[in-house]
Amino acid sequence: MKLDAKVPSGPIAQSWDSHRFEMKLVNPANKRKFSVIVVGSGLAGASASASMAELGYEVDCFCFSDSPRRAHSIAAQGGINAAKTYPNDGDSVWRLFYDTVKGGDFRSREANVYRLAQVSNHIIDQCVAQGVPFAREYGGLLANRSFGGAQVSRTFYARGQTGQQLLLGAYSALCRQIGVGKVKMHPRAEMLDLVVVNGQARGIIVRNLVSGRLERYAANAVVLATGGYSNVFYLSTNAKACNVTAAYRAYKRGAGFANPCYTQIHPTCIPQSGDYQSKLTLMSESLRNDGRVWVPKNQADCGKAPGSIAENDRDYYLERKYPSFGNLAPRDISSRSAKEVCDEGRGIGPSGYGVYLDFSEAIGRLGQNVIQERYGNLFEMYERITGDDPYQTPMRIYPAPHYTMGGLWVDYNLMSTIEGLHVIGEANFSDHGANRLGASALMQGLADGYFVLPYTIGHYFASQKQTPVTIENAAFDNVEKETTERIRKLLSIGGNRTPDSFHRELGRIMWNQCGMARNEKGLRAALQQIPALREEFWKNLRVPGCGEDFNIALEHAGRVADFLEFAEVMCHDALERNESCGGHFREEYQTDDGEALRNDDEYCYSSVWEYQGVGNTPALHKESLTFDNVKLAVRSYK
Amino acid sequence: MKLTLRIWRQHHRTAKGEMVDYHLDDVSEHMSFLEMLDVLNEKLLAEGKDAIAFDHDCREGICGACSLVINGKPHGGFPNTTTCQVHMRHFNDGDVVTVEPWRANAFPVLKDLVVDRTAFDRVMHSGGFVSVNTGGTPDANAIPIAKNEADIAMDAAACIGCGACVAACKNASAMLFVSAKIGQFRHLPQGKVEQLDRAKRLVAQMDAEGFGACTNTYDCEGACPKSISATFIAEMNRDFLKGNLCEP
Amino acid sequence: MRWLTNLATSSIGAKVLMALTGVVLVAFVVGHMIGNLQVFAGREVLNHYAELLQSNRGVLWAIRLFLLGSFATHVFMSSRLTLQNQAARPVPYVNQVPIKSTFTSRNMWVTGFVVLAFLTFHLLHFTVRVTHPEYQQLVEHVGPETRPDVYTMVVMGFREPVVAITYVVAMLLLGLHLSHAISSAFQTMGLNTSKYRPITEKVGPVTAVIVVIGNVTMPLAILAGKVPLPPGAF
Repeated sequence: MKLDAKVPSGPIAQSWDSHRFEMKLVNPANKRKFSVIVVGSGLAGASASASMAELGYEVDCFCFSDSPRRAHSIAAQGGINAAKTYPNDGDSVWRLFYDTVKGGDFRSREANVYRLAQVSNHIIDQCVAQGVPFAREYGGLLANRSFGGAQVSRTFYARGQTGQQLLLGAYSALCRQIGVGKVKMHPRAEMLDLVVVNGQARGIIVRNLVSGRLERYAANAVVLATGGYSNVFYLSTNAKACNVTAAYRAYKRGAGFANPCYTQIHPTCIPQSGDYQSKLTLMSESLRNDGRVWVPKNQADCGKAPGSIAENDRDYYLERKYPSFGNLAPRDISSRSAKEVCDEGRGIGPSGYGVYLDFSEAIGRLGQNVIQERYGNLFEMYERITGDDPYQTPMRIYPAPHYTMGGLWVDYNLMSTIEGLHVIGEANFSDHGANRLGASALMQGLADGYFVLPYTIGHYFASQKQTPVTIENAAFDNVEKETTERIRKLLSIGGNRTPDSFHRELGRIMWNQCGMARNEKGLRAALQQIPALREEFWKNLRVPGCGEDFNIALEHAGRVADFLEFAEVMCHDALERNESCGGHFREEYQTDDGEALRNDDEYCYSSVWEYQGVGNTPALHKESLTFDNVKLAVRSYK
Repeated sequence: MKLTLRIWRQHHRTAKGEMVDYHLDDVSEHMSFLEMLDVLNEKLLAEGKDAIAFDHDCREGICGACSLVINGKPHGGFPNTTTCQVHMRHFNDGDVVTVEPWRANAFPVLKDLVVDRTAFDRVMHSGGFVSVNTGGTPDANAIPIAKNEADIAMDAAACIGCGACVAACKNASAMLFVSAKIGQFRHLPQGKVEQLDRAKRLVAQMDAEGFGACTNTYDCEGACPKSISATFIAEMNRDFLKGNLCEP
Repeated sequence: MRWLTNLATSSIGAKVLMALTGVVLVAFVVGHMIGNLQVFAGREVLNHYAELLQSNRGVLWAIRLFLLGSFATHVFMSSRLTLQNQAARPVPYVNQVPIKSTFTSRNMWVTGFVVLAFLTFHLLHFTVRVTHPEYQQLVEHVGPETRPDVYTMVVMGFREPVVAITYVVAMLLLGLHLSHAISSAFQTMGLNTSKYRPITEKVGPVTAVIVVIGNVTMPLAILAGKVPLPPGAF
């Protein structure tokens, strides 16, 4: 596997402009001769499909939901960053770039991040032109807020539904292209494998989730916009159907998987309430702007009603440990601190895994009306789920897996190590390093889809001559046969356990050994437990029904099967990285006061894993990272 | 608590469906409704039976995938709540709970409680957008938009496309959904250019999909988990009439 | 002209036609009520009013045809929409619970049908007078001339309990129909806004109450013997 990031030379501020000039173009009249498969219809997939169709390419877009509008991008609440500097507060493209590199704990590729910061402004323009109803001030101009610990107000938002509004914007652009016939949409269709012909990604095998039949699609290029893999933990804030299958299948076909261990654990989620729990619900990070996080100082107080615990007996641990950022400390740091106090036995709630997020001080200072105006819908949501009224009693929160910075490795053109296979949005690894800042996921998904891929894919088409490939090609026969065989196997095991029970068990292993904090012993244990569980899966799974049918158990079983292999790659990656950085915290590598201890001398690289067969340790390749523009420094929020 | 669930089972689109009773003995009040169905499905799968298919995804009340008419009301009829956010504390020991799919000609049942809502997508394809290409757009602050207008647009844009309005309407009418789409754009300067044409196109597609007509009973408004107001329907009617009568 | 067919065949177009014709019919109902309330002013006033209405046959028939056309359009469009609405949900719910709708708003077709049946009876009763052919004979002498004695006809008509009760019941149903219909017309014609909605929502019920009270006081008062028959009538 050769890793050539294809980063343009020269000053970083000009690199995207000069690269755009140097890239080859496809003649407008010829664009319709090129077809693209886009898998996924979230922010990245929908925006890319629409933008490429507008240029003239023939696009086939696939999603497993009933409508492209349901992709999980929709659930993002907080906002989207851009370096517009409307509030006149000293922001700039450079500062957004700097913050993102620093926030990513110096494990991202500078050039990609700079480009992201650069195009961020176009995204806001584009969305407004599409009719995205961003929040506005009384003067009619756009409102901004500070989000996720940023020192400037660069976050644009639409009530608590920024993700939904941006996705609906991209979806509306997609609808327009579907309406004119330039995009063919395939809902309720799940990609089960990638077809590589002569070293180039040329098609996919898809299962129609209604009829259950396998279908073949061929194209000149394949784009994966299939999101992240947080559901490897079973309990996460991701939607239930989010999975790693498409990305993992591509990995098995030769795409390098980069930094799989970089997972973001979001600090403000509603704690688990019982074993039946199916997912965790995120409460917007914006709550930390006014809420104060605390636990009792004494273990003995943990069972008491929060109101009865005296001010002196409360430990506002974020304010204590990080006086300058306080409750707004970045996600990885806040999450880990919550885990620490709970591990000390000072967690609250029935499970002991929870901390208070208390608004009483803010309500006293600003009045309940102001708090209601700011967070009313979130408070309602909290009450709906827990039955508690957060105006009266502090919220209980606990961290939960939320976003995965790792993903398929891509070069500056967003192409993976398989020629023609492009990966965008959360599915790739490119921009967030080891930790993503709040309100940056939406930015990256749309940057890739609207403003990067539509350029770079043209360059790919114009740079080489492709032989025509149809779905009759032998490669399609082979891959479809393998897929059919895998489905047959899943259905024929006839054991006793459901796919969900395996998924839960895998999730527990991953959360305990490869979650918020990892150590060598635990990771090695996981590397024993996962293969054993996988073995049991293939012996003791039970999936009733048949393949050519609407079969939800079969859908889930296929996804769990891939998670069971992928989880091992994650653990290998976490084990290999003998340092702590961002979302990857190795307990062996911390400072005396418990902060992450990065090792830039030995680990200033992205780990890219190459598939070597099920159960075999994948091969590690390294893309070394250089920081010419942002000085490597200890990330301190004290 | 113990519950009897009376659930619509239908194997495929053209199959005949029926209500089937299931009994669950150990339902926790902290469970969500869908988690309760998960438990039932685990039980069915363990018995080698076909799991009950239902649409769901984000389970946070925003993706609009979940549906279900629970005890006769879409999403169970709790204010501003989607099915995935209904919790079992609202039910009592010994209750008989009926669970049905959205029922509409335009939303054919695919299996059990899963219906095909692509009719909504096709309505959107017909004109549910501002016709701008990627790139070349003016600065986001080039056109100020009065806050109250932007707020109204946002009220309409809150629609999650779940289809509860259609499910609740005695005529299976899609007017609230379609008017919310039209409403979002008509209150923004970017959407005004195509305002009347959009109304004509969306209404034509809505009619073609086989939704019923509106009889202003406002069950849609009552069922909407995002509190979309039926006054958007009046606005749509106005645009539709204006588009037909006053446009050249 | 394509726009016209598009408009008329669309669901909203059909509803707007119902609303417009509905407005005509409501205007008629209100006018009819005000005119008839003159029964309380005595024989002379009411018969004079009736004579006035009959005085220009051309205008009378033009109005009648206009009303008939409105009525037919209203009925035709409602039938078309009702069929369309029923086809929109081929498989009914096993259990459906209304949320904001009312008995009235859900049953416009039923109340409308009853009103149609009543109207037919009413026309046969007082206008064509086939149910009581003897009403044809009722005349009032005004000097040398005679004119139809509508007053006596009405009073005699409503002294029959079955007839009076039928009229009262029909008026209650008409009231239900109007209470939804009038507010609904604002919405359908796009005249509703969130600002005025609290008012438009009440216009229907208030008008309906007025119409019902106005129309039922006549049969009830007559049945109770509060409106005297002129001497010499049967």
